[in-house]
Amino acid sequence: MLETVILIVFAMIGVSLLLNLWRLVVGPSIPDRILALDTMYINTIALIVLYGMNMGTSLYFEAALLIALLGFVSTVAVCKYLLRGDIIE
Amino acid sequence: MMEWVISFLLLLGGSLVLVGSIGLVKMPDFFMRLHGPTKATTLGMACLLFAAMAYYGFYGEGVSVKEVLISMFLLITAPISGYMLIKSAIHHRLDSIESTRGKDKIEED
Repeated sequence: MLETVILIVFAMIGVSLLLNLWRLVVGPSIPDRILALDTMYINTIALIVLYGMNMGTSLYFEAALLIALLGFVSTVAVCKYLLRGDIIE
Repeated sequence: MMEWVISFLLLLGGSLVLVGSIGLVKMPDFFMRLHGPTKATTLGMACLLFAAMAYYGFYGEGVSVKEVLISMFLLITAPISGYMLIKSAIHHRLDSIESTRGKDKIEED
């Protein structure tokens, strides 16, 4: 049963990644695009964790941790650039 | 029994992630679109990581510290990035629809 459920959740997260891509392409303003990228990296972490569960190994959690760190830092850096025109003053 | 719990957590997490992304696409202006990813997607990720913790604790090599680290990190950083995004949206004076409340409370800078 668990294999079927993992496949269904794979499909759900794939659909949500496509929706985020739509917002990233269409998005009328720059904060919309940053928000879509932020959601995309969170969904990518979900995809990597699910893939690790499907393969039965916990090796992929290190990649997920790296993506979490870099995604948060890049979101804050781009927002800071939008606010101030400079990242480190 | 454990398989049912893990399946329920996985399905709940996947549905919440999907609901967050649908909200990101369907909502009319940015101030409403921010709600989906900051709330629904974060809760869905927490559910998925709890399912992974239960899976590895029950079938695999035991609960490692990495799942706990990822979920703690995501739950801490989602409000901060939401705050930065709404601050930049206010700074850029984005358009909003009529029924969005609180526009008159934004101070001029």
